[in-house]
Amino acid sequence: MDKKTVVIFGATSAVSQAVCRRLLDSGIHNSFCLIARDAARLEAVAHDLTVRGAKTQVIVSDLADIGSHEELVANVKNGNTFWFFYGSLPDQALAETDWDETEAALFTNFMSCASLLTRIAQTLEERPSTGSSIVVVSSVAGERGRKSNYVYGTAKGALSLFCQGLRNRLHQSGVHVLTVKPGFIDTPMTADIAKTPSVLWASPEKIASVMVSAFEQKKDVIYAPWFWRYILLVIKLIPESIFKKLSL
Amino acid sequence: MELMSGRVRSWGFVPDREQRFVKPSWVPARLSLNSEFNTVLPYGNGRSYGDSCLNGEGVLIDTRLLDRFIKFDEETGVLTGEPGLKLTDVLDLVVRKGWFFPVCPGTSYVTLGGALANDVHGKNHHRDGTLGRHVLRIKLLRSDGNSIECSPKENPELFGATIGGLGLTGLITEVSIQLIPIRSSSMTVRFDLFTGLDAFAKLSARRKEQFQYTVAWLDCANSGTKFARGVFISANHSDLALAQDVIKHERGKDLNIPFNFPSKCLNTYSIQAFNNLYYAKHLRLDKRIIKQHYREYFFPLDGLSNWNRIYGGNGFHQYQFVVPLGRMDVMEEVLRYIVDSGLGSFLAVLKEFGSLQSPGILSFPREGWCLALDFSDRGEQTKRLIFRINELVMKGGGAVYPAKDRIMTRETFERSFDRISEFLPHTDKKFSSDFWKRVHG
Repeated sequence: MDKKTVVIFGATSAVSQAVCRRLLDSGIHNSFCLIARDAARLEAVAHDLTVRGAKTQVIVSDLADIGSHEELVANVKNGNTFWFFYGSLPDQALAETDWDETEAALFTNFMSCASLLTRIAQTLEERPSTGSSIVVVSSVAGERGRKSNYVYGTAKGALSLFCQGLRNRLHQSGVHVLTVKPGFIDTPMTADIAKTPSVLWASPEKIASVMVSAFEQKKDVIYAPWFWRYILLVIKLIPESIFKKLSL
Repeated sequence: MELMSGRVRSWGFVPDREQRFVKPSWVPARLSLNSEFNTVLPYGNGRSYGDSCLNGEGVLIDTRLLDRFIKFDEETGVLTGEPGLKLTDVLDLVVRKGWFFPVCPGTSYVTLGGALANDVHGKNHHRDGTLGRHVLRIKLLRSDGNSIECSPKENPELFGATIGGLGLTGLITEVSIQLIPIRSSSMTVRFDLFTGLDAFAKLSARRKEQFQYTVAWLDCANSGTKFARGVFISANHSDLALAQDVIKHERGKDLNIPFNFPSKCLNTYSIQAFNNLYYAKHLRLDKRIIKQHYREYFFPLDGLSNWNRIYGGNGFHQYQFVVPLGRMDVMEEVLRYIVDSGLGSFLAVLKEFGSLQSPGILSFPREGWCLALDFSDRGEQTKRLIFRINELVMKGGGAVYPAKDRIMTRETFERSFDRISEFLPHTDKKFSSDFWKRVHG
């Protein structure tokens, strides 16, 4: 792995594929380490990037398996930037009656990420500042607990908080930590959800464009697309005594 | 695969209705079609003008997320990719490595699958034939669960049925194409003004020996001394080495037509005026040779997004036909008819097709004279015009192009393609389209 390698956790995600193409297009990043659990899909993604001019390496791994993290991080720790795209959208209704559904959602979306981030942060602190970055895809769902998706929201909210703490801790080591908070994205994860109102739904390419821009400008926290910042501002300002009666 | 519903249209805007579709993110291992799907049809980038890419009763398989490169051999120029890969993205990759797509249609916003399903032709038909001649291998997924490899040697009949087969033989999941070598991203382009179809024929005979790419823009709106005048445009890939000769193409300057024009915008007078302007603009280029970036030469309309909106909300009919070489009289008769009707458009293209055979059974291009143009959709008036032209073309032993059509009858289809009986055994019964229902039932 060369020192400029882009390490992708969740390389078969729709947003991840769009981001990798965009990073490659920029001409600056052309070495990728792609990690996902579906070997065939991972291979398809890797071949595409390779034909487009990238050097690629693949690691097949179930990122929800914390037991494998020590070895995994040992294999990728020389990378330059670390991107977190993987996640799962639980069935909120099911989660309310089935603890296993809730546990899996919290585990995949938060605990496993925290495990990887802890190990990576330690590695980055131990080496001299090389301008490395950590980019984590969280969600606007993590900004306020709503009855329609608070299990997912909790995991993402915890993730955002964790990254905030990391940003603070790693600042003196010169490590850039970017938290990306997208709104609705049209991907396989949201295939079951009606895409209305359509103006609120973004394509993976749009999110990738916002993310890569923010990454290059070393921003701390961004909403994707931009207007979600203001939607969430309003939502967060609603007093709890009123919010608890709403059905957002 | 989640079943979704939305307004899916073809490039001509008609039909315009809710259409069910699925949009897989990964090439499926099997097609799980349950009975609520009825029939299916693969869908690329929707640049077909008519209803050959729509399936109102069934479900479209939108392939646009299946857009990955699989392999590219920079030494041999063999490219393998998923069916949703767009020509524009292929060119972005291969041109700077000294390769070019062997047959380019009028727009680069087509998918590999769609281009293959229509067996597209380009300005180099007389030299290189249709795209089908350059396809090395296809992987096809059928509703019975089988994934079949076809090529000129392996399952050649299915190969021939799939090329130009309008998506009716199954879902293409992989395509391998032999690219052609080039030395430059620019084109050497020569212009010749002409008046009259005889002058066009003479020019074509000369230029096709000298140039790989030839085409003519034809004035279909003016009569009298301006009847059948046009601009003949020939080109070759420039010879200068890649490093020396780079004309930059400014993609950022692309324009967009943001909304439908009022339908009365395009009328006999505005089209005549446009044609006069277009011809006049080329006066100073007559008999001259210039350099153009390949995107400007091959895809002039790609820089004008949504140009189909100029025709207004009613949409338009694109119409393309070919008549045998010896029947220029039919072309002349059709042209006079169009000019007299006042319904012709400003985007009329005339080309001489060569005799190179395509492996595709339902391939449209054959040796002869080919004209492509638009008609504003004025309802019955336009339909009658088109049917009348169909008659003239059929009587003259010619053919009409399904990729552009939405009203051709079964009779016209059967007279245009005499090998339909060879094609039928290879169709997948679970695949159908609006076009197919109309011409085949």
